Amino acid sequence: MTVETTTPAGLLDGLELIRADFPILGRTLADGHPLVYLDSANTSQKPQVVVDAMVDHLERHNANVARAMHQLGAESTAGFEGGRDKVAAFLNAPSRDEVIFTKNASEAINLVANTLAWAQGPLAVGPGDEVLVTEMEHHSNIVPWQLLTERKGARLRWFGITDDGRLDLSNIDELVNERTKVVSLTWVSNMLGTVNPVAEIARRAHEVGAVVLVDAAQAVPQMPVDVQASGADFLVFTGHKVTGPTGIGVLWGRRELLEQLPPFLGGGEMISTVSMERSTYAGIPSKFEAGTPPIVEAVGLGAAVDYLAAIGMDAVRAHEEAITGYALEGLSTVSGLTVLGPQRAELRGGAISFEIEGVHPHDVSQVLDSRGIAVRAGHHCAKPAHKRFGVQSSTRMSSYLYTTPAEIDTLIDGLEYTKKYFKVD
Amino acid sequence: MDLDSLYQEIILDHYKNPHHAGLRDPFEAEVHHVNPTCGDEVTLRVHLSGTGDDVVIEDVSYDAEGCSISQAATSVMADLVIGKPLAEALALHEEFLTLMQGRGSVTPDEEVLEDAVAFAGVARFPARVKCALLSWMAWKDATSQIVAAAPLAETSPQTSPEETR
Repeated sequence: MTVETTTPAGLLDGLELIRADFPILGRTLADGHPLVYLDSANTSQKPQVVVDAMVDHLERHNANVARAMHQLGAESTAGFEGGRDKVAAFLNAPSRDEVIFTKNASEAINLVANTLAWAQGPLAVGPGDEVLVTEMEHHSNIVPWQLLTERKGARLRWFGITDDGRLDLSNIDELVNERTKVVSLTWVSNMLGTVNPVAEIARRAHEVGAVVLVDAAQAVPQMPVDVQASGADFLVFTGHKVTGPTGIGVLWGRRELLEQLPPFLGGGEMISTVSMERSTYAGIPSKFEAGTPPIVEAVGLGAAVDYLAAIGMDAVRAHEEAITGYALEGLSTVSGLTVLGPQRAELRGGAISFEIEGVHPHDVSQVLDSRGIAVRAGHHCAKPAHKRFGVQSSTRMSSYLYTTPAEIDTLIDGLEYTKKYFKVD
Repeated sequence: MDLDSLYQEIILDHYKNPHHAGLRDPFEAEVHHVNPTCGDEVTLRVHLSGTGDDVVIEDVSYDAEGCSISQAATSVMADLVIGKPLAEALALHEEFLTLMQGRGSVTPDEEVLEDAVAFAGVARFPARVKCALLSWMAWKDATSQIVAAAPLAETSPQTSPEETR
């Protein structure tokens, strides 16, 4: 048994009130176990304000956007475009038009990778060109670039990972060179938790004229993100990890680049005019938003980022760091357990992957689940990063603004129980 | 949630001490199957003998990485099918599949399935059914490849290739 000795510094004020905003956290699971939700890097839970905003839209304002001339159409358009305004403000984007709504972060990356494949002129990627990613990427920031480089005869290159789970920048001078057209990297690793120095890497990439895409799927939920300070040319994240709904992702891009890129999907709303001979295309953001967009999802995402902004992303980051530090300390008391990635909370985000000698991650998560504790087990869509550390899969706990030290204690107890159950050590 | 119904002693025993593990010669087919959602992997070889109705599973050898359920299922399967006539082994596969897809409603016949009856509890955990079936699918695939490739009389066993996967 672990005994909670101290309350870590940096926890959110009124943590119990914040938890009360999330109805699902009051659930009990099989055998009366209260839910201990430690899978927020997978998807976050939703506060009542997000649920209410979406229900209100569906109950009172539902109509298609932009093309409906009636009162409801105007209300729905205002709700949808209001979501875009809120996201733009949350990211400190210079212009709301630079915020493109997609289905998810994967689609946002595919949008950029595909339109780069079709681009003419300075952005075009061709034979001999290089695209640079890292070994710690989620598959969604690997596969689109494999497709692009295979299609265009370009070369995909990789930043490695150091033994302590940081990006290996020792060969950056060789990797970032005059052939580099795109550098695409994660801000915060979904497996190792590592926070990468994106601004520094972006600076180096820009020196050779490369464009930089930052996968901020794990960054936007848990730390302040200012796209202008980030150094990114493109930045993507997904709604459902920032207390918003599924079905909506965001691509932010610098206006001049978005305007140079050709359209992605063709269809309604992305055109200026269509004739049987040819079509001309709308300006951004509509150019990249063919078809009826995720309307109620944009309303929900707007409510979600407003909710986070009201709490303050600095405070959310401080909370994550406090919980992560507390969890790292707790996990270090479990014999046979190895944490993958940086061991210091200030170097990492709130996802901690680990192994327990003699118990497979699936079995760990199964036993934890029987006690109401939800974690993720598997390769977390980061197979190359697992391979780098010689493991096939791992167990991952991931916290968020509603996670308490007591929940971490429950996890540690659950892990000790798991070891007993499988008769290890 | 009844953990003990999932993790029967028999399963944990096979997990700790898997039977027939390791890749062996001779064999006529080698397959590599992956469970894409969790990353569990198995490389599995099958060696058959005989022709027509007299085809017998001479050996099943494997190199597997995965959870207790998938590891134990591989071990139990190898125990069950090695030495059996092909038709009987295929019937066992069907029997096991029915058990796994029954969501806990199928009562297994211990006379037929032997240690595999321990997996009855797994059928109540839908997320884990694929773990129990990974190696069976690999075995079926490898066996079908051998049967499809040539009349068995003409099949000559391969020797071990340099690379394993």
